[in-house]
Amino acid sequence: MDQAEGALAPRTATEAIGTIPVSLRINGRDRRLDIEPWTTLLDLLREGERLTGTKKGCDHGQCGACTVLIDGKRMNSCLKLAVTLDGAEITTIEGLASEGELHPLQQAFIDHDAFQCGYCTPGQICSAQGLISEGKAHSREDVRELMSGNICRCGAYPNIVDAVCEVLAKGAKA
Amino acid sequence: MNRFDYVRAGGLNEAVREGAADNVRYLAGGTNLIDLMKENVERPTRLVDINRLPLSAIEELDGGGLRLGALATNADTAWDDRVAKRYPLLASAILAGASPQLRNAATNGGNLNQRTRCYYFYDTATPCNKREPGSGCGAIGGVNRIHAILGASDQCIATHPSDMCVALAALGASVRVDGPDGARAIPFADYHRLPGDEPWRDNNLQPGELVTAIDLPAEDFSTHYTYLKLRDRLSYAFALVSVAVALRIEGGTIADARIAVGGVAHKPWRVPTAESILHGEAPGQNAFLAAAHAVLEGAVGQGENDFKIPLARKAIVRALRQAADATPQSQTDKRVA
Repeated sequence: MDQAEGALAPRTATEAIGTIPVSLRINGRDRRLDIEPWTTLLDLLREGERLTGTKKGCDHGQCGACTVLIDGKRMNSCLKLAVTLDGAEITTIEGLASEGELHPLQQAFIDHDAFQCGYCTPGQICSAQGLISEGKAHSREDVRELMSGNICRCGAYPNIVDAVCEVLAKGAKA
Repeated sequence: MNRFDYVRAGGLNEAVREGAADNVRYLAGGTNLIDLMKENVERPTRLVDINRLPLSAIEELDGGGLRLGALATNADTAWDDRVAKRYPLLASAILAGASPQLRNAATNGGNLNQRTRCYYFYDTATPCNKREPGSGCGAIGGVNRIHAILGASDQCIATHPSDMCVALAALGASVRVDGPDGARAIPFADYHRLPGDEPWRDNNLQPGELVTAIDLPAEDFSTHYTYLKLRDRLSYAFALVSVAVALRIEGGTIADARIAVGGVAHKPWRVPTAESILHGEAPGQNAFLAAAHAVLEGAVGQGENDFKIPLARKAIVRALRQAADATPQSQTDKRVA
């Protein structure tokens, strides 16, 4: 990429032109990366880290398919520039299972037939994990409202809500 | 997205110095700015990342108010115990907006400074005086179901999309800013602008000025309040019309009334003379209707949005009743009672 004459390099972080060093912990692995400032977290995960479980749906923060956990909080990775996240801990769908065991939400989505095409599912599950950590959902209505940032065009909503409610009821830990 | 320089501001002075230059944008949560950059509506040459500035606290103010840091997220603000208990109108309005993911990223300062969701503003193939001064307004005579009925001009009929700001207008908040010429406080009613003949100016910030906090006054209206939001789907949609009402009722009569309307103008719409109609009145349908008519005085439809005028009138009456009865609108159970 061309740097305009006289354009200033980022000052506090690096002397390098064009890329900025960023440390991220992604699914438990420490990563030191040199990132172009316009790279979204979503593109970094999919294209750079080859973690293609996180999906690009609308790329505008409207569908929720790209939802990941940033320092434990669910956010749309398509609207986050990766350079702003230095030091952050990122958890994607690939990081939820442990030691060969599905995460309770993954198992619940299977048990409740909570997906059809599956494209929104990684975002749904990361969002549900964020919802459980937040601790604000106490009823089925709460779950419906607090999952409203995740669109499912197959219309699997009733089963998605069933799956989330089951894990909530079991008191799954954040 | 265009290419740009990126600077991570280490302190407020550094940020403000950087931010005063042409075509520089402050970056906080990024939920609106990054989207606009993807659409080529915003094409900054430099981003000043302010996320490391110490502006995310929520603190008590002397005299009983609360200071909301500009970098506190919308979610952390709405769920803060003090906000939820003492300013439920604000918490309710925040939770009526966007999605949980967006509220986790979006900041309070960014909420104030988000741009309109007018289709023509977003579509660079069409004219828009806000995006490209002098190019015209596609919405006038165009597709304008979501547009303004109050305070519009012949250059722009866009609306401000925020829910949070409607509650802040009703509460009479104050916006603290810092900039090249020092710090100042802007009363909320003077923060956003009407489009007039400079529709590209959404607010009265001067070049380089940065929102640092929002101060809530001591009077919290935590008993008689409501935030009623009407939209095309029940969650995760911008308001067609929304109403924030805050009442102080003493001895069965209204001692103070605040009515702010969202989705109808380039800023949250308040009409002090309409509110004063209610002063000294007992809560009741006739008084509510009189106030609603006064709020909407001068309302003009653009064709597709004509329905907003009766909708807003009815929403104001309904919201006044909800507030007077101390039965605020639930943001989970969307049935309007």
